[in-house]
Amino acid sequence: MDPGQFFASSRVLIVAGKGGVGKTTASATLALAAARTGRSVLLVEVAGRSATAPMFGAAPQGYEERAVFDHVDGGSVRCRSITPDEALVEWLSTHGFGRIARRMARTGILEIVATATPGIKDLLVLGRIKALEQQRVADLIIVDAPAAGHAVQFLQAPSGVRDTARAGVLNRQAVEVMEMLDDPRRCRAMLVSIPEETPVNELIETAFAVEDRVGLALGPVIINGILPAIEGLDAVDASAALLATEAADLRLAADLRRNRMALQAEQLDRLADRLPLAQLRLPQLFTHTIGPDELTHLADEATSSIETLKGWA
Amino acid sequence: MTSYREVIADRDVVVCCGTGGVGKTTIAAATAMAAAAMGRRAAVVTIDPAKRLADALGITELGNDATIIEGPWPGTLGALMLDTKATFDDVVRRHATDDAQVERIFANRFYHNISTSLSGTQDYMAVEKLSQLHSSGDWDLVVVDTPPTRDALAFLEAPKLLTRLLDNAIYKLLISPGGGILRAVNRAASTVVRQLSRVVGAEVVDDAIEFFQTFQGMEQGFRDRADAMLRLLAADETTFVLIASPRSDTISEARYFVNRLGKADLAVGAVIVNRMLPSLSVDAARAVVLRDELAGGPLAGAAIALADHAAAAAGDDARVAELTAAVPEAVVARVPLLPGDVHDVDTLRRIAELLTAD
Repeated sequence: MDPGQFFASSRVLIVAGKGGVGKTTASATLALAAARTGRSVLLVEVAGRSATAPMFGAAPQGYEERAVFDHVDGGSVRCRSITPDEALVEWLSTHGFGRIARRMARTGILEIVATATPGIKDLLVLGRIKALEQQRVADLIIVDAPAAGHAVQFLQAPSGVRDTARAGVLNRQAVEVMEMLDDPRRCRAMLVSIPEETPVNELIETAFAVEDRVGLALGPVIINGILPAIEGLDAVDASAALLATEAADLRLAADLRRNRMALQAEQLDRLADRLPLAQLRLPQLFTHTIGPDELTHLADEATSSIETLKGWA
Repeated sequence: MTSYREVIADRDVVVCCGTGGVGKTTIAAATAMAAAAMGRRAAVVTIDPAKRLADALGITELGNDATIIEGPWPGTLGALMLDTKATFDDVVRRHATDDAQVERIFANRFYHNISTSLSGTQDYMAVEKLSQLHSSGDWDLVVVDTPPTRDALAFLEAPKLLTRLLDNAIYKLLISPGGGILRAVNRAASTVVRQLSRVVGAEVVDDAIEFFQTFQGMEQGFRDRADAMLRLLAADETTFVLIASPRSDTISEARYFVNRLGKADLAVGAVIVNRMLPSLSVDAARAVVLRDELAGGPLAGAAIALADHAAAAAGDDARVAELTAAVPEAVVARVPLLPGDVHDVDTLRRIAELLTAD
């Protein structure tokens, strides 16, 4: 599939997965790969973190946008963060509740509202993303979804709020966000995992739950941390050529790599067998941190992986 | 304290914190198992464990009481999977003035939200369960796994979840009786209520008001309990154990945790770094030299694996050093990367041994 066409398929990509699977790196990688097809990309972090801008070599971003990448073909990446509290005050202000917004903040009534309507915080974040999507602030919005709890809970928040707050402007907001989630031309989710047993199990469960309970279309799954294949790891006999300690290290590293490769192959097969979604594979990096060079390498890999796809999912 | 072994032998409450995906539940279970191996009566409270780990521990469903796990340890090992809703319902029953109040609270939707889906409820009930087990006298050590959260303070603030709502100015307005000198106050309250109804709908507001009205008479019980739980978390017999993996994102999250705990004047008693790559005798630079020298020969593949391993291990060591420098008082234990997932008692025992090896 042509990467340009791939990134033009939806206006919002929600990148979701459990903690520790490299979801933020995957989001930044997709953003860079999309920008290189000439698109303007807004990369949004929602969990109160600001880890993406530094991967592009820029200072951490805040609620204000920060331009972090410009491509010769006109593509670009901007980063920003959205927090529920900021989203709520902004939402109330734009809906004619400027005074009550301040009052709610002052009296601590927000906490009562949040208790009375579970999921309101997630809804407000998704609502802010929907507003950005409708304002066409970028060709593509990539959302690094929260890692705590389950992606399904985050994505189910609008239907939860719609059922709890059965009247009022909040209900309308929930319905509007659900319309976005239901329309694959507007929004899709890409789930991230690593080739290990428990993360793969969780990925499979999440994928079915997202489609069944949220009705959100899924793109290919992203498998992070793939160990590159190496030939000649069997029967390493280095005793003749090297110091004994170095020969032992070579054997240890070769054995560990071979074991991990075997486990990885087993998990990837199991995933392909159980989940009928295409896989975008990103390699394991052996560097200290992820900066612009590493991100470029990952974006190259993502692009070639997309080129091998037959279509969406 | 100089070793994790001493921490496990000495403390009565261990709170395992850290972000998701680092093997927190596994380390919590192995910690309790290590205590049982020392002859202590140890219980672990788990929250949403991976299914195969729960199976290995013999806990197949949510429960309010610890299941005893039989094994070759001189002490006693108990485990339970936290049932948030049932634990909350129990607390309400304990503090209620009569059965009618219990029924009214259980029927209220606002209460339903608090006891099931409010963020912080799992943490709140984890502390409640930990306090119950601790004060039962049945256990020498209670180890508690914490819900995956970014903010260590979520757990520390959890005991105040309900009392914070009760301290809310609006709550005081809502429940004040009408008439007399309070009339002006109530007018203010009704303005807020009206505006709130436009945002979330009148039903939601009515549920909240009804909840607070029904709750009267139970407040003091909840306040006293919250104070007792906070005292236990800050007590000398309690320690916080931070679990991390050497990946860069989890190390930066772990440092954030340390910061937040420090702000609450709580010290991290131990840092467990899980999934460390086995150490090598060659360093990363030498491994690169070997990779280049051996390229094209029969050892080329092994040399690439070695260079990758050495580079990754050097990165891991550097990040772990950053983390441990931030907690100079804490003992540090490293658990090596194991092939495959942990889902049997033998592997847990091996981790317990690694944790307590001197």
